[in-house]
Amino acid sequence: MSDYRFVPSDEPVAPFNLLAQDGTLHGQPSMTDAQVFDALRYMVLTRTFDEKATALQRQGRFGTFSSVRGQEASVVGSSFALDPSKDWIAPQYRELPALLRHGYPLENFALYFMGNPRGGSIPEGVNLLPLQISLAAQIPQATGVAWGLKLQGSDGVALTYFGDGASSEGDFHESLNLAGVVKAPVIFFLQNNGWAISTPRAIQTAARSFAERALGYGIDGVVVDGNDLLAVYEVTAAAVAKARAGGGATLIESVTYRTGAHNTADDPSRYIDNDELAAWVAKDPIERVENYLRKKGVWSDSDAQQLREECAQEVDRAVTAARAIPLPTSDALFDHVYADPPALIQQQRQTWKKREAQS
Amino acid sequence: MSDKTMIEAIRECLRQEMEADSRVVVIGEDVGRLGGVFRATDGLQAQFGKNRVVDMPLAEGVIIGSGIGLAMSGLRPVIELQFLGFGHQAFHQLGQQVARLRFRSQGRHSLPLVIRSPYGGGVRTPELHSDAFEAFYTHTPGLKVVAPASAHDAKGMLAEAIASDDPVLFLEPLKGYRLVKDDVPDERFRTPLGKLRVMREGTDVTLIAWSAASVMVNQAAEILAERGISAEVLDLRSLNPLDVDGITASVEKTGRAAVIQEASFTGGFASEIIATVQEHCFYNLQAPILRITAPDTPYPLGAVEDLYVPDIDRVVNEVTALVQESA
Ligand SMILES: Cc1ncc(C[n+]2csc(CCOP(=O)(O)OP(=O)(O)O)c2C)c(N)n1
Repeated sequence: MSDYRFVPSDEPVAPFNLLAQDGTLHGQPSMTDAQVFDALRYMVLTRTFDEKATALQRQGRFGTFSSVRGQEASVVGSSFALDPSKDWIAPQYRELPALLRHGYPLENFALYFMGNPRGGSIPEGVNLLPLQISLAAQIPQATGVAWGLKLQGSDGVALTYFGDGASSEGDFHESLNLAGVVKAPVIFFLQNNGWAISTPRAIQTAARSFAERALGYGIDGVVVDGNDLLAVYEVTAAAVAKARAGGGATLIESVTYRTGAHNTADDPSRYIDNDELAAWVAKDPIERVENYLRKKGVWSDSDAQQLREECAQEVDRAVTAARAIPLPTSDALFDHVYADPPALIQQQRQTWKKREAQS
Repeated sequence: MSDKTMIEAIRECLRQEMEADSRVVVIGEDVGRLGGVFRATDGLQAQFGKNRVVDMPLAEGVIIGSGIGLAMSGLRPVIELQFLGFGHQAFHQLGQQVARLRFRSQGRHSLPLVIRSPYGGGVRTPELHSDAFEAFYTHTPGLKVVAPASAHDAKGMLAEAIASDDPVLFLEPLKGYRLVKDDVPDERFRTPLGKLRVMREGTDVTLIAWSAASVMVNQAAEILAERGISAEVLDLRSLNPLDVDGITASVEKTGRAAVIQEASFTGGFASEIIATVQEHCFYNLQAPILRITAPDTPYPLGAVEDLYVPDIDRVVNEVTALVQESA
């Protein structure tokens, strides 16, 4: 008998997992210890930056900004599956460590959130799209990048990050459809962190998982424990290998939790369930990696201490450097708007300059 | 009467209109439990329930598109578009569908739909949140576009918009939500769309603005007065319908006009006002009509936005020059 009915299932989905919270391993991870140390550094660096930036924002020295808190394994594990020399990232806005690993300077990130347009500049050779504030708009672009790489004979892939909320936008659905049709080597990395500002995950989809939407578009879907660095790396590396080999796109749903506020302007106490939050805080992804390394006997309290001190220094350096950059002049309004600016805009630039000189 | 901030006036209007008419429903992103990111709908879900104040999946296209359907089914939806910048995601529904449903169905379908949206700059929002995009929508026949500057008008005009059988884009000045505070009746009332408000009377020059810019321009007029220039300030409040008679009467009296908008220069709504003044008041004009706008570049990040958005100094200096050169 042929399958002519496709009905939703409510069987619970068990996300792929390798590491228990206490650091016990179930299965064979392919991440080496050296990679895990490196990844842990990015995770702690991000946590340190988030805390610093949030404190600065409170003092009015930093703009509205969204922290990665709680999602460090999800972002770092996935980015470690990429080769920055040929793979592309199309971010949303909550993926700082992936950007850093790909080569975007921490100083620029800080500058951007201080409101300086120069922060948006992406160094030559860094395969990165700008931070995306307009939700889901980067997803079609990532699909196009991946497709273009394929058309030009590269084995590079594109990975795009976005939230459970963003996945309700048409741009997401249209992209999965196109990626399926042209077999684009793109990884759709959906971070299901439970919330889109105050809107809970259940309002974004009635399906039991986001990953199974992939089936409707003829691509692969995977659900992974987003607080498990090793598992996230494993499934992303598999999706990347498949895409490189011509096998097309994968939708990865990384199940994690935003344990901080949506951003510095948000007050989650108005809507969040404290028990749920506490349960997820207890699944802290950084702690989990450190438990794993401790169990292996390769991590001590003094290692942990030293790492945190190094990260604090690195963050301080970047923030100090960003703050030392003088406030931009009106030229910043006009720079990089056109390759070949129309005469009217060149006149406006002069007018703005003159006015600035007079004031 | 009591002093209310703009956000309080909007919230009070929504509550009273929902109490008065059970067909009025509110839909949008984060409007329920959170009460909206600016709290315009705070407490409404608790009072009216989840079927009348609905947190929507994050997709502006389906929020506006399904709003059309809700209206056709007999309800009177008030949609909160979280920021006007994300109207782009729903532009096909807004431009092609909302604005033309009556015309395309030859009068069969009315569209009693209100789309409320904060817009404009000056508050250091993240990228893509702050552009003053009113001209996209005033260039969309079939859609009414209003942009009040006072709490009083926000309440009265929102009530009128909800009562209207035409779709209304109701633009709220992000900057004014908590800064603007004025006397607002506690009871329900309506302010007709299409009549401008004279914020200040004057004889030398007419300054024309709307939304947050009206408040700024009115402050500039104060300084101009100290310099001996008597400026009349018109807060348009409603862009479509436009109060052509009100504009004409003022410019005929003063003989000079300046239009101030937050948006970029080329193709903005200021250009439309200038064309209107030119058509109606050409023989009364003593000087070219002045246009004070942002430059033709995208809305920038926060650290430089004060260089971008027209401010009091610019208005004072440019209007002074205009009046002196034509004295
Ligand atoms: C197109 C668009 N609509 C609305 C917004 C306002 N907004 C900013 S973040 C956000 C929630 C995003 O949720 P999600 O995609 O799950 O990502 P998260 O912030 O949870 O990482 C909303 C509604 C926006 N930035 N872009």
